[in-house]
Amino acid sequence: MTNQIINDLTIQAATVNGSGSQTANLVLTRAIFHMGIPVAPKNVFPSNIEGLPTWYQLRVTPQGHMARRDQVDILIAFNPATWHQDLRTVRPGGVVVHEEVFSTADARTDVIYYAVPFSKLAKSKIQNDTLRKQLANMIYVGVVAGLLGIPWEALEHAVTRQFLSKPKAVPLNLDAIKVGFDYWQDNFSKKDPYRLEAMTGLVDSKVLVEGNQAAALGALMGGVTVVAWYPITPSSSLCENLIAYAERFRTDPETGQKRIAVVQAEDELAAVGMAIGAGWAGARAMTSTSGPGISLMAEFAGLAYYAEVPVVIFDIQRIGPSTGLPTRTSQADVGFAYTLSHGDTKHLVLLPGTVEECYEFARDAFDYADRFQTPVFVLSDLDLGMNLWMTPEFKYPDKPFDRGKVLSKADLERLAGEWARYRDVDGDGVPYRTLPGTDHPAAGYFTRGSGHDEHARYTESAEAYAANMDRLSRKFETARAALPAPVIDESTGSKIGLIAFGSTHAAVVESRSALAAAKLPVDYLRIRALPLSAQVAEFVSRHERVYVIEQNRDGQVYDLLRLALPPALVDRLRSIRHYDGQPIPADAITEPLLESEAVPA
Amino acid sequence: MSTTLNRVGLPRDAYKGAATTLCAGCGHNSITNHMIKALYELGVEPHRLAKMSGIGCSSKTPAYFVEAAHGFNGVHGRMPALTTGAQLANRQLIMLGVSGDGDTASIGLGQFMHMIRRNIDCTYIIEDNGTYGLTKGQFSATADLGSVQKKGAVNTFQPIDPCAVALTLGCTFVARSFSGDGKQVVPLIKAAIAHRGTAVLDIVSPCVTFNDHDGSTKSYSWIKDHEESIADVSFIPFFEEVHVDYEPGTVRDVELHDGSHILLKKLGEDHDPTDRRAAMKVIEEGRAAGHLVTGLLYLDPASVDFATSERIPDSPLVDLGEDQLRLTRGEFAQFMSEFA
Repeated sequence: MTNQIINDLTIQAATVNGSGSQTANLVLTRAIFHMGIPVAPKNVFPSNIEGLPTWYQLRVTPQGHMARRDQVDILIAFNPATWHQDLRTVRPGGVVVHEEVFSTADARTDVIYYAVPFSKLAKSKIQNDTLRKQLANMIYVGVVAGLLGIPWEALEHAVTRQFLSKPKAVPLNLDAIKVGFDYWQDNFSKKDPYRLEAMTGLVDSKVLVEGNQAAALGALMGGVTVVAWYPITPSSSLCENLIAYAERFRTDPETGQKRIAVVQAEDELAAVGMAIGAGWAGARAMTSTSGPGISLMAEFAGLAYYAEVPVVIFDIQRIGPSTGLPTRTSQADVGFAYTLSHGDTKHLVLLPGTVEECYEFARDAFDYADRFQTPVFVLSDLDLGMNLWMTPEFKYPDKPFDRGKVLSKADLERLAGEWARYRDVDGDGVPYRTLPGTDHPAAGYFTRGSGHDEHARYTESAEAYAANMDRLSRKFETARAALPAPVIDESTGSKIGLIAFGSTHAAVVESRSALAAAKLPVDYLRIRALPLSAQVAEFVSRHERVYVIEQNRDGQVYDLLRLALPPALVDRLRSIRHYDGQPIPADAITEPLLESEAVPA
Repeated sequence: MSTTLNRVGLPRDAYKGAATTLCAGCGHNSITNHMIKALYELGVEPHRLAKMSGIGCSSKTPAYFVEAAHGFNGVHGRMPALTTGAQLANRQLIMLGVSGDGDTASIGLGQFMHMIRRNIDCTYIIEDNGTYGLTKGQFSATADLGSVQKKGAVNTFQPIDPCAVALTLGCTFVARSFSGDGKQVVPLIKAAIAHRGTAVLDIVSPCVTFNDHDGSTKSYSWIKDHEESIADVSFIPFFEEVHVDYEPGTVRDVELHDGSHILLKKLGEDHDPTDRRAAMKVIEEGRAAGHLVTGLLYLDPASVDFATSERIPDSPLVDLGEDQLRLTRGEFAQFMSEFA
């Protein structure tokens, strides 16, 4: 065979949701990962429980590219309903492994077919009646293993890993994989160029983690003690993972007592209200939601901003407006979350761009919330939150909690009770607070969302109102410099810069390689928090043209930048947007950039 | 003049707050005074008290008692959520929520119901005047059918009865009273605070400005004519001895979780306050007869509150540090390796 393609391919499995296909997909992913080959899986699933089309895209590259790619090299076609549509996605010369009964009469002639009687094999070879439906999916793993040369040892490892808590399932699943593996060996000879070969040094000490798992672990390490949530895709798995981890790590094995309180609230209003009540009482408290929940939380977000109550709010973004596409990704809440609530409200927003940052920002969000006594939004998205990402292992925290300016009983005694809740003692806009339960007669104060003076007393005084709002702005400026700084790479020396944030990062990394190969190297600044760091304007000032890349229709961060930059810099900005609900592929950056910069492709 | 100190060494004045800004004669001011008396006599430590409220005239009142305590005047109808979170964060706090009929039965009905369903350990006082005072006299959802507004409009909707709603949801403490009946309100407040679980106390409290006229069923004169107390209530806190000198069979003695006692002296028909169906009947019969039935309607002395059933420790979660909240280095390394 000439022109072999090794370790650089995209597999797409087209199945029906609720059929157990996800387990098979994960086993295939883990087996390839175990061979030392970088993997980047993406799940495209419907807002449905059973019976609708679902796709699993597994991208394999020696470079470790993590972004989605539009083009499919190997299609595994299980779903008769999407068969013709799926066939169109395969690149010329690609492979189609399909259920034997699907008609290829008027199908494409520029792809290589392997017809497998999956249903017949499942009926004749899988003896376990109750699990046949689930195990049938494993047959495809065996066929792909034969097709691509995945060693049996890697499959054994993957199955054992997948069923860590159910060891009895391991032989059953391996037997099913063997059915497919044997069928390949007995019936096909290789007609296509694709192969997998074990690699070394690329995935050492790397792990596969979903962003919502990472954030759940981060919250636990950040010391969260009160969690209130309302189920919503794609956020639910964050709290569900957190509950599972807390069961394991926050439960006293002898007494059964928990070092965490979790409430599944009646709605998102109540969820964030509970978190704010807990934050007021001094707990590290959080909620997690997605766009529709954020809309409902607007009222309470303003209260927490104005009354200065710490709380952490995760928004795992999905496509809106309204219900939108509940199982598709986007970055379209960033503008709304930033100024959520009426009046002059503005918030601290963290924008993790990797699963490692999902962990770190989730953990540190509680410090920022306590330190600045305000809501902190952590904006992840469905792509980051619900897909597995290859990542270095997370680091154990090297700092204790930062509980911010809290006056204890001893502090109040030292001050002889002289303090005021909303007084700017240190000139940084951040006042001191006391926690309910502090045993000192001067500790108590009356928190309110209505106008208040330094002592938290109700007032309608114009001067007191304006002075307080100005102090809140000072506090915001203090936070601006303290939040995670942008990550900047100016090593190319290019006149062209890219600005991106969040999960768009993966596509930017890949696109920069492609652009460099096309003789258009570009610098890169990745925003990691709002309000914007001063470094953003400096970056723009050092480049002639700066492309802002984001996954929303209106260029929300592009707009924020236009408002924030000095007028002389505004015209340097360009906007590249991707908003079809699928994670942005590198081509969606590379192609418009090459065109805009008039570089011949 | 000598000042009598309570069991925690505080005078009655220590339970006062800022001067009220409500109308002279407002029922809510009476309730504030009942609150001061109850908290003083119970010897509640101000630093352990958390005064919670929503929005409205009633929700302003936590500023008017126990100045030294922490308070949180949140957003309209959302007091239960704030209270739930604060209670879970620190179980040592005594959560005392004050709400109104709009705050509870309209905008906050969902949160009110779900708080009861969870049995959050708190006292939930409804200062119920059947009208929106701050916005100048619109009907609220507790206004009775046929009740007449100050400008003459007649209410054509069925009222939402917070006590009936609470009973339906399995509330573990349900009582109703009248702001002018301090003899009943004070012991009920004490009992509600001693109760472990959500204690709902609906106190009809006339609005002198917008709902105290003829045709209103929440006016002083209407209530005086129609109040029917089911039993005389007295409360013996756990730190006092019970001396019963009533005739046998005339008094019910209900012991609470903390060792306090509620003594109920029969007035008319005997009512067993631990019988939920009987409580429903009392409410329905009173309503049919056009009476305002007051007193302790229902109490579950075996109530298990949310934090207890969720196995949250008694000591505040707020006080836990890194060593109790973070995974150890060993646990962390093991956990990370499981993602390989």
